[in-house]
Amino acid sequence: MLSRTAENLFWMARYMERAEATARLLTMGQRMAILPGAHHRDEWRSVVRATGALNHFPENGQVTESDAIAFLMLDPDNSSSIRSCLLKARANAKSARTMLTQDMWEALNEGWRKLDSYDVAEARQQLPALIDWVKTRVMTFRGAAHSGQLRNEGHDFLRTGSALERAQMTLRLLDVKYYVLLPETEVIGGNRDHYQWTSVLYALSGARAFHHVYGGAYTPWQITDFLMLNRMFPRSVAYCYDQLAYRLNRLAGWHNIKATCQETVQRMVADLEQLNSGEIFRVGLHETVLGGLKNTNRLGAEIAQTYHFG
Amino acid sequence: MFEPDGSIRPCYAEVQNWVERTGIAGLNRRMDEAEAIFRRIGITFAVYGEGGDPERLIPFDLLPRIFTGQEWRVLDRGIKQRARALNAFLHDVYHRGEIVKAGIMPADIIYQNSAYLAEMADFTPPGKVYSHIVGIDIVRTAPTRFEVLEDNCRTPSGVSYMLENREIMTRMFPELFAQGIVAPVDDYPAELLKSLKEVAPPACKGDPVVVVLTPGSLNSAYYEHSFLADLMGVELVEPADLFVDEGRVWMKTTLGPKVVDVIYRRIDDEYIDPLVFRPDSLLGIPGIFNVYRNGGVTLASAPGSGIADDKAVYIYVPEMIRFYLGEQPILDNIQTWQCGKPDERAYVLENLHELVAKEVHGSGGYGMLIGPKSTRDEIAAYADRIRANPGEFIAQPTLDLSTVPTLGPAAVVGRHADFRPYCLVGKQIRLVPGGLTRVALTEGSLVVNSSQGGGVKDTWVLQD
Repeated sequence: MLSRTAENLFWMARYMERAEATARLLTMGQRMAILPGAHHRDEWRSVVRATGALNHFPENGQVTESDAIAFLMLDPDNSSSIRSCLLKARANAKSARTMLTQDMWEALNEGWRKLDSYDVAEARQQLPALIDWVKTRVMTFRGAAHSGQLRNEGHDFLRTGSALERAQMTLRLLDVKYYVLLPETEVIGGNRDHYQWTSVLYALSGARAFHHVYGGAYTPWQITDFLMLNRMFPRSVAYCYDQLAYRLNRLAGWHNIKATCQETVQRMVADLEQLNSGEIFRVGLHETVLGGLKNTNRLGAEIAQTYHFG
Repeated sequence: MFEPDGSIRPCYAEVQNWVERTGIAGLNRRMDEAEAIFRRIGITFAVYGEGGDPERLIPFDLLPRIFTGQEWRVLDRGIKQRARALNAFLHDVYHRGEIVKAGIMPADIIYQNSAYLAEMADFTPPGKVYSHIVGIDIVRTAPTRFEVLEDNCRTPSGVSYMLENREIMTRMFPELFAQGIVAPVDDYPAELLKSLKEVAPPACKGDPVVVVLTPGSLNSAYYEHSFLADLMGVELVEPADLFVDEGRVWMKTTLGPKVVDVIYRRIDDEYIDPLVFRPDSLLGIPGIFNVYRNGGVTLASAPGSGIADDKAVYIYVPEMIRFYLGEQPILDNIQTWQCGKPDERAYVLENLHELVAKEVHGSGGYGMLIGPKSTRDEIAAYADRIRANPGEFIAQPTLDLSTVPTLGPAAVVGRHADFRPYCLVGKQIRLVPGGLTRVALTEGSLVVNSSQGGGVKDTWVLQD
């Protein structure tokens, strides 16, 4: 397969994943902003921070809902806005068109310029419907890829991109809220934190799943365990690492090579296996998360190098 | 669709029944549906320099254009004959130039022509094939008379419409095809691949690796490039995916470099190799021309093929057929006056109000004057341009073109159309029974170019 095609598939999946994650973050922001006392806390600031783009805003200024929607959903100059992600995913797809099924292409092509015509006021007003629209687009795309695409290396590049992006999003979300998880008490204190965490779980589509696995109470250990270490939850860091290891092994198999990125991801999986949530808090959640971001970035660079991207 | 006496041509009877059964309003509704399918699939094209929607649709007309089996047999022979003659001409002008020595064509028209590529002299491409896909634009000028408007020997586009128009018609109206009287066209990609493999370069060992080379996803015909690569099952490469090393061309794959044997390139000559042609080209693959000349890769079409479809050269194609093939032309040219010749120029300037005048090097319907549709001032201004640069212009009569039935808002109407078949040249010559019918959607208009409001329709060749 052409290296450029592989790169396009990898990034197409990343952008689609990012579009969905950003849409979910906006939902989280709205949920948190309607909690009592919200405007003292500047919840929208943490939403922007979770996308890794806080440096676009002045250091001590307030970030309003309109700011966040303009920047994260509509801004064509923000390369991670939902609008940019959908456009870039489609451009990647167009460039790798021959590797996509008709259904995948149609999922990307449908309404690809929809967000061009929205201003902030309109987008704010219709936010839930727009977020649903974005999620539906991404899920249709993913469904088309899962049910129709040939299981060749192209599919493995796509899934690799998607797992890498997803791992990073969960890590950043954990980082934004890590201070609420400081284990001073057994149960996270008070209603406010409770709602903040349910908001995060909602943002990851994990609220119901969490209860199925852990029962009722929210403890810092359980939430950390769920988002970092639980191998059943498809947005957990552990699940994404497993997926990365699986895909990178398959890719190495197709190419009949032993690659550095394969070793790196196996080490990441093994290191995570050694951890439990108690250990994470002993080392420091923030430090663990930073380590994860560093590892995933490095892994991305190694994948690009191994398969001759750009 | 109709005979001169107003009766329905027999081959259109089935379509006529269908139109009556469905009704005009019903057909127009289905038209919207067809458009939605085109949009969703992403069959779009861009028009340079017009701004607006970067990806728009070519209007699709539901009513097919029909050729009888008998008509097609004539066209088939005529098209293949022309494709052979054009390739023989290309080989001749890049070698001994016999046609000039025999006094049939003036040397200037060839050797002073910007489409003539001196770098190709004395080189023989595999199989002596220069133009591997010859698109010949044909109009019907009388019930049994077809004439050639122009030839396209470089990279004629539009074949994806031939395939997609048929696909959409069979998807939407399967009942029309149930009797199996319409000849299928869907083996075109397989035939194209066969033709390309037949011209593999001497350096090729084993099954030739074929690729389609596109300038990139912003090109107006990108959809077609990816469509053809997809249907042939070959890689769609951009120039940056290719490089030259050790006398071969390689593509960059996830497995490392992989050799390429045949390149169906949809990128113009001048951009192909910055070392030989435009040094400012960002698109090119440095060194590829040298590899080509040394038999390391085949380029389809061959650089320099454009000399055969130049409008000044076009006039001589019937002579080429006689000269190289010793045959009488089956398809004639449209009568053409060359403004470079004093007596013909005088005639053109005197009768410009009744003629269609064109720039010799223009394409796509731009820069032409349609006499009967122009104002006195426009004609005078064009005449001045001709006087200033006579060699750059030709003129043709405004044709009494036949019309084809086309769906209007309230009725079936007649519109002018032309037809472009795609003749494949490898070791054999192949022609799929069909092609692209382009139709002028405005009443009386003769301009069918998609860039100027023309539409497309499915083309049926009936099997009898």
